Amino acid sequence: MKNKTIKIGYLARVEGEGGILIKIRGGEVTDVKLNIFEPPRFFEAFLRGRKYFEAPDITSRICGICPIAYQMSSIHAIENAFDIVIDGQLRELRRLIYCGEWIESHALHIYMLHAPDFLGYEDALQLARDYPDIVKRGLQLKKTGNDLVALLGGREVHPINVRVGGFYHLPDKKEFVAIADKLKWARDAALETVRWTAKFNFPEFEQDYEFVSLRHPDEYPFNEGKLVSSKGLDINIKEYELHFEEEHVSHSNALQSVHKGSGEYFAGPLARFNLNFDKLSPIAKESSKEVGVLKGVCNPFKSIIVRSIETLYACDEALRIINQYEPPEKSCIDVIPRKGTGFGCTEAPRGLLYHRYSIGDDGLIKEAEIVPPTSQNQRMIENDLRSFVTANINLPREELIWKCEQTVRNYDPCISCATHLIKLTIDE
Amino acid sequence: MAIKKPKVAVFKFASCDGCQLSILDAEDELLIIANAVDIAFFPEASRRMLKGPYDISFVEGSITTPHDVEYIREVRKMSRVLVTIGACATAGGIQALRNWKDIKEFTQIVYAKPEYISALDRSLPISSYVHVDFELQGCPINKYQFIEVMSAFLHRRRPNVSSHSVCIECKTKGNICVLVDKGIPCLGPVTHAGCGALCPSYQRGCYGCYGPMESPNTQSLSKHFIRLGLTGQDVMLAFRGFNAYAEAFRKESDAHEK
Repeated sequence: MKNKTIKIGYLARVEGEGGILIKIRGGEVTDVKLNIFEPPRFFEAFLRGRKYFEAPDITSRICGICPIAYQMSSIHAIENAFDIVIDGQLRELRRLIYCGEWIESHALHIYMLHAPDFLGYEDALQLARDYPDIVKRGLQLKKTGNDLVALLGGREVHPINVRVGGFYHLPDKKEFVAIADKLKWARDAALETVRWTAKFNFPEFEQDYEFVSLRHPDEYPFNEGKLVSSKGLDINIKEYELHFEEEHVSHSNALQSVHKGSGEYFAGPLARFNLNFDKLSPIAKESSKEVGVLKGVCNPFKSIIVRSIETLYACDEALRIINQYEPPEKSCIDVIPRKGTGFGCTEAPRGLLYHRYSIGDDGLIKEAEIVPPTSQNQRMIENDLRSFVTANINLPREELIWKCEQTVRNYDPCISCATHLIKLTIDE
Repeated sequence: MAIKKPKVAVFKFASCDGCQLSILDAEDELLIIANAVDIAFFPEASRRMLKGPYDISFVEGSITTPHDVEYIREVRKMSRVLVTIGACATAGGIQALRNWKDIKEFTQIVYAKPEYISALDRSLPISSYVHVDFELQGCPINKYQFIEVMSAFLHRRRPNVSSHSVCIECKTKGNICVLVDKGIPCLGPVTHAGCGALCPSYQRGCYGCYGPMESPNTQSLSKHFIRLGLTGQDVMLAFRGFNAYAEAFRKESDAHEK
């Protein structure tokens, strides 16, 4: 009979501030808490009374790692409220900037936050001492994603060029020449990344998950699609709140999402991959086959391989868009604000990001609801920790602690995102 | 004899992580920096966390909880030099919009379980609680300015960070003024340089994410905005953004609040 408590006060290599508390009593795991102490920032509250066109800039400040996701979910929700649909080249450019964010965010996570765990290093800088070329490849890959975001968005963190209705300024075709060369290199580097990560040692840890992601009839999902799950869910995004709800628990400043009636669920690269494998480009499918990682991956530690495959896809997709690009006549379509409620759901690098806005006749936001990926995965992370510790209870303490951290990092959690949203329903 | 590398730490308070991410976004310089200094505490990048004292600490984020108040005082004690990075740390950030509301009352009326939440009434910059050696403005910071500031303090010299307005950056870039030529409201004349006049270069007005410049004439700019047809509420919202609680912007937005 063993009693022990595993406490990780400050979880490293994740975005934001969180910790883990696991209690073991009599050889059994009795309590698991992903403790999020990142302070709340009340975004939904202060969005009220702001102008509709400020939402992309304001909500991007929820997260410095995935600002494009916030800009995309907010503009799609607001356009939905105004009954606007963006198509043609403007729609393609939105996919393109999202490709940039996936590349930089995935490369950051793969090389700097997650790979060191598999190879026994405390961080990527120490990894670089033994494997400088590999870390340099990762940094260069990340930089290519950032360069793409900066070209279309103005800068990497909190880009300034995205607006409701389109963009402020459009790039010329010739501005894409240099980035296209970098992307061709990046596509090769991403393929090497798939091969590299596939060789890591993975703990035996297959779980029965409900995966949830967007699904679109014609493409691997970024900005649009229906919400589907591996257990039969198939809904329009405006029905999201009918099927999912958030719960407030005492140990977390972030709300935890659950699928009503069935509980915790899994969002992010693994969910997208399993639910949209058929929509990957040929080169991404081939690399999956080469390393033997196909639809139906249920080991979250293998998310690092899937993230690499998605990086490869994003490079390939970015090149497709650049190759067919012809600048549209206008950078932005006319936007006429009107009273209404709109819904937006896009695939942030780490999973679904849902926005809903109610806007008044005056173009001011009356109400905002934002559900980021990490609140959706929070409950599942706790579940994984419980299962993992139960199965590995006899590991030496230090090793078990490190493996618990790795279990959390499987989800690439963004705690800054998760905590912005302590919900305020103001009784006005 | 090996020279002992300076110990550098990065701390986070209420923020989006974007400024410390800018450090990791310096992809070409990161490994060089990591060789020149001992990155002793940077949880976003490493699980290796060395105890202080630190030669230089970079602080991201604003102070919003009672725990933060205690912790920033500890950070100050552990740090020979303390530099704040970004709009949250230098001005309270976008979350300082709460400073115009009664959060206590909100919390009681509003939360499903208010007893779980611990938050101060105001989101304030680091300098409201401890002495700060240098403030690097921006939402987010410019990574090259960050490298300059770190390098300056390590060499015990003054950072070379211009305190003039975004207007000067537009002039040096040869941009046509969006305010004069197109009548687009632009905070460039009162906003601190550092972004490289990004928004005007993309045909939109500056929205002030680098905070007030050294000597901003906000009143004169507001008058011009009104002449362009903006309402008092428009002007109030323009100044009440990512650096809303920075003194110059706060006073100007308050002046236009009904």
